[in-house]
Amino acid sequence: MSVVTNTTTIGAIDAPSRRNTELALVIFAVAISVFAYANVGLALNGELPSGMLGYGAGLALLGGVAHLVVRRFAKYADPLLLPLATLLNGLGLALIWRLDQSERLLAHPSFAPAASKQLIFSAMGVALFVGVLLLLKDHRILQRYTYISMVVALVLLILPMFFPAQFGAKIWITIPGIGSIQPGEFAKIVIAVFFSGYLMVKRDALALASRRFMGMYLPRGRDLGPILAIWAMSILILVFETDLGTSLLFFGMFVVMLYVATERTSWIVFGLVMSAVGAVGVASFEPHVQDRVTAWLDPFAGWGTHPASEQMAQVLMSFGSGGTLGTGLGQGHSDLILFAANTDFILATVGEELGLAGVMAFLLLYGLIVERGVRTALAARDPFGKLLAIGLSGAFAIQVFVVAGGVMGLIPLTGMTMPFLAAGGSSVIANWALIGILIRISDTARRPAPAPAPSTDAEMTQVVRP
Amino acid sequence: MSELTLTVMRLGFLAVLWLFVIVAVQVIRSDLFGTRVTQRGSRRTAAEARPQQGRQQQQAAPPQQRQQPGRQRRGAPTKLVVSEGTLTGTTVALQGQTITLGRAHDSTIVLDDDYASSRHARIYPDRDGQWIVEDLGSTNGTYLERTRLTTPTPVPLGAPIRIGKTVIELRK
Repeated sequence: MSVVTNTTTIGAIDAPSRRNTELALVIFAVAISVFAYANVGLALNGELPSGMLGYGAGLALLGGVAHLVVRRFAKYADPLLLPLATLLNGLGLALIWRLDQSERLLAHPSFAPAASKQLIFSAMGVALFVGVLLLLKDHRILQRYTYISMVVALVLLILPMFFPAQFGAKIWITIPGIGSIQPGEFAKIVIAVFFSGYLMVKRDALALASRRFMGMYLPRGRDLGPILAIWAMSILILVFETDLGTSLLFFGMFVVMLYVATERTSWIVFGLVMSAVGAVGVASFEPHVQDRVTAWLDPFAGWGTHPASEQMAQVLMSFGSGGTLGTGLGQGHSDLILFAANTDFILATVGEELGLAGVMAFLLLYGLIVERGVRTALAARDPFGKLLAIGLSGAFAIQVFVVAGGVMGLIPLTGMTMPFLAAGGSSVIANWALIGILIRISDTARRPAPAPAPSTDAEMTQVVRP
Repeated sequence: MSELTLTVMRLGFLAVLWLFVIVAVQVIRSDLFGTRVTQRGSRRTAAEARPQQGRQQQQAAPPQQRQQPGRQRRGAPTKLVVSEGTLTGTTVALQGQTITLGRAHDSTIVLDDDYASSRHARIYPDRDGQWIVEDLGSTNGTYLERTRLTTPTPVPLGAPIRIGKTVIELRK
């Protein structure tokens, strides 16, 4: 039964600011991380770890500062992004600390304890997050730097070529006295700014000028220019830096943003075909990539003779020994992976000690971050903000897919890190900045519309008496 | 550390982890804000919008009311109900405003009826609060009970007003 009265108006409900929900979830996230830390300590030594208080206080401080800044400077932001990032960062710290306790790893020459360093990196990441929220009052300012960010991204991507390869890939730049950083992690944010600024201007040309062929819109030859240029660039990265991950990330990001900007399925088909051609082509002559493909196709064949295969086999075995519910934190043997156990392969520790249930929960946490990013893009009112939010969450999703898929043997392994989880400064700092930009966009998107200015026509008529 | 404690902790940790995921999803669910319906004007509409009572009860009441024209203030109708036709079930709260009926888009009740004119009839209160129905020169006429209206006529409570295939009545 419908009630018809002519005295009813229907309007959108303003989004509540939900900062208290965010605070409660941040506290929950810190509590879970401290629980994980205590669990590791109890399982390994039978007592609560001595650093638990300091570690918990540090994490709570980071989450608290981030929350207060969001409460003050991005009042209407999405309530889930910050707690999810805090939880992943906190669990990452607990897992890294757990691997620091392994005597087998400590005896390995390439391993150094990383937990305290990672806490400092997290603090730097949160500082950058705070900086983004303080300095970036409106994400549309970034639009002014479209072409500057293209140059910056190119420089960041090309720089590692001039530094020696580490672990088979040239993705690091080494600054004497400070350490090495992975510029690719920062480049993904900068290049998202460039892609969204560029596509916002060009999307009509890319979407409308096309012929219909076999149910697909085929773009004109000259509109293929940008996608070919990005493709060529990612192939060059693959050849000269031998890094499949970065290459896939940039090309995938461009295809995702192109599809969102133009709504043409044909771009996805083109993108998939081009990346397949590129990857197969490069794999046919590049030894480092061939190595990875061999290890992916049959990890157990190279046991004892082929280190990359043996590592992959160890990873698969640790997933297998975890089973459904895992062995419990601190009770697995994922340290058998040895090299990069706490960076690229940290998901194997999750798989062994928390089992399938734990891996699923972690993947859902990543999925929720991506979902909130896409939701932000849907809610954003300006096309630049929409594209930027899609680009950033797409980059995040592709990165998680490339790493998790590589570690689980779905695709050839690449040298990328699980965002927030893996040990490594560049990754955690860049991802906090990424979350900061998403929070800034979602704050603008969810902010209630300002009250309309009183119309001069609506004022009462005044009688002017002579 | 005993095996039991560690098992409990292992399962407890997984439970807490999933609890976080579930709580986060709940937050998303409550974040899907829809629309808000604002009642403008008098507050009475909310009380009047309450569900329709049983049909028999309502039809039993009107004849009683019709016998007592002197007590109109107490027995004043509060709503107009469409009881037959495509709009069956539609109610409009009576708040002293004029209700227009017809196929025109700006009518209070927009009739989707082949026999209705675009401005067919109107129902309005006179100075005493008595509701009057007036035919606005329609092609097929407006009927109160069985008689075709020629002049503005007071509407008793529960008397059917027929416009084409649509029947409306005033109810308390």
